Order: sequence, then C-alpha cells, then structure tokens
Amino acid sequence: MIANYGYKDGSGDFFIAIDTDKCDGCGDCVPACPNGVFAVGEDPNDPLCDEPVAMVTDQERRKLKYTCAQCKPDHDRPPLPCVAACKPMAIEHSW
Amino acid sequence: MSDKKEFWRWKEYRWHDEAKDWKAADIVSAGVDIGSVSSQAVIMLDGELFAFSNQRTGFDSPESANKAIIWAMEGTGMTLDDIHFSVGTGYGRVNVPFADKAITEIACHARGGNFMYGSSVRTILDMGGQDCKAIRCDERGKVEAFLMNDKCAAGTGRGMEVFADLLSVPIEDVGEMSLSVEKEPEPVSSTCVVFAKSEASALLREGWPKTKVLAAYCSAMAHRVVTLLERIEVEKDFAITGGIGKNSGVVKRIEKELGLEALTTTYDSQIAGALGGALFGMALEKKRRK
Repeated sequence: MIANYGYKDGSGDFFIAIDTDKCDGCGDCVPACPNGVFAVGEDPNDPLCDEPVAMVTDQERRKLKYTCAQCKPDHDRPPLPCVAACKPMAIEHSW
Repeated sequence: MSDKKEFWRWKEYRWHDEAKDWKAADIVSAGVDIGSVSSQAVIMLDGELFAFSNQRTGFDSPESANKAIIWAMEGTGMTLDDIHFSVGTGYGRVNVPFADKAITEIACHARGGNFMYGSSVRTILDMGGQDCKAIRCDERGKVEAFLMNDKCAAGTGRGMEVFADLLSVPIEDVGEMSLSVEKEPEPVSSTCVVFAKSEASALLREGWPKTKVLAAYCSAMAHRVVTLLERIEVEKDFAITGGIGKNSGVVKRIEKELGLEALTTTYDSQIAGALGGALFGMALEKKRRK
C-alpha cells in the first residue's frame, strides 16, 4: 500500500508517501527524524494485517510543510535523514 | 431569527429490512461512522445489510455514536448486547463507547465501496463533510494506495453547505441547478472555500444568476479533487462515496475531467464507511471465534 500522509492546501502539496509493502517495520526512520514525524505500529489502514509498519504520526500530518522545513534548505540540500535511513527505500517526499 | 431556513440541512433518515430476522443470524456486526458532519450506523447480519441510520453529528461524539446505533436498531427489537462485534470509524472513531475496535475510515471506505459498487471498483473518492480521501483498492477492497486531505475544506461537503446557504438553494437541488447552465462558466477559486465564497459574492453583485455561480463552484470543486486523484493514479472502475456523491453537479464534472464514468449504486453513498466497518466487524468476529 502506498500511504500518502500529509495535505494539499493553497500553498502546495505536502505528502510523505510510505510504501508499506517495502517497509519492514524496522523503525530506523523513527530516531532518524529530528522532529519525531514517524512512528511504527499496526497498520491503521489494514486492520486484518498484524505486521508493524511505519507511519506519520497524527500530530505531524497536518504541519509537514513546517516540520520538514528544517531538513529542506533552499540550496545545498543534503539527503533527507528519513529517506537516507530507510534501507528498503520505502519513504518518499512529494515536495 | 429562529425561523431562518437552513438550506444546508439534508434529510436524516433510517431504514431496516423487515423481511430479515436478526435472531436467526449467526453473526450480527455493526459499523458506526462518526464523521465531522454526519454520523451513520450500519447493522449487518452475516454480511448482509439489515439496518442503517444517517444523521447529523452533534458536538458530543460518544452521544452521536449512541444516537446513531439506537436509531438504526429502532423498531427491530434489537439491543446493543445483541451485536457481536462493533467497529467505530471516522473522525470520532476513538469516541465510540461500545466499539470493539476502531478502524480508519480509509480502510472502511475501501471495504464498504467494494460491497456497494462491486469488486470491479479500483478507485474510490470519498468526499466527506470536512475531508476528501482518494483510495485505490484491489478486488477484495483492500487498500493499495490512499491520500487524505483533511486540512482544507475545499472539495468537501462543508464547502458545498456554505454555497447552499449563500445562495439560498436547498442542498439537494445544488447539483441539478448547477447543470442547468447553457455554457460552463470559469470556475471560482479551487484552493479555498473562503476565497471561493468571496469570489462568488462578487459574481452575484455583477449579476450572475445562481445557477451560473453554482456551476462555477461545482467545477472548482471537481477540479480540486481531480488533482488529488491524480497523485494516486486513477484506475477504473471509479466510484464516489460520501455526501457529495449525491451531488450530480460535482459528480458529472469530475467524470468529465477524468474521462471516466462513476459507478452508480442503489445504496446510499453516505453509508459506505459504516458499511465497511460492519464488514470488518464480521471478519474480526469470525477471527475471534476461531
């Protein structure tokens, strides 16, 4: 499942996509994010599956534009820590 | 001001199948969808629809949940104890006091949409009261991709209510009226309901008829949700659930932009979430009994 967490508002699209088929629930993304955007647990959108997967926390879903800004300088942008930490390459940012 | 007509107010109602005997059912499951605007309760007998209610959500989620299920059970002789497994879904899902489990509305709409529109449905657009969800699912109603926009009222039922009130048009008539224009006008702002409303007010001052303003708003809403759908890649068959699914003005315009026809159903598109919840309830009860 491609889980798109985030929102679209007047200023643009701000989504973090997690591919739950690739995600193995290792939890490397949780400490990698300086702002605690990720959590690992039972997939809220697949209640019949018991395997843990990564998700964006409820509190962060509606402010990703601001929370993630710290890792997204205008130029000389280093790789995003969450994307770099994810070995199965399950995390993508839309902006 | 108490006699002011509320144009946004839609009809609340309940239904149950008198031909069915719930006492004969092996598994009685219920799904309660506490949305931001409307609440539905669905009761199923061994996976078949038995009863439902559809009403406005109050300010108190637990009370709305109780009211919804009690109304659905009205006249059936059933009590809460007769339901084997209840699932809460929607915004207020964690506030359903009698629920055995809370499941996100994304999973429930995919499952409910699969039941209502048949297994050929791959893309479901749920246009709710205060959010909009685009869901892609497989033939069993399992979610393959989803996207939810709940930060902004553009493309939601609330936006439509604002317009019904502004133009004094009963909400049920908005769709048909918006389709009666001869030439499709330019859409108003699709990024924000507040901006769209002020734009519409200006257009009315310019002398635009109501129908034309409604057409401009319905097409703005359609355009807005189509951009959301594009992110999850639309696959046919395509269906729209939620209250806006009943608004032909928006549905027809979405179909035109996508170049796809939306499936129709004899069920009420607003109950999809609660229906999915009841289906999950049945599956989980089976799992529990094993």
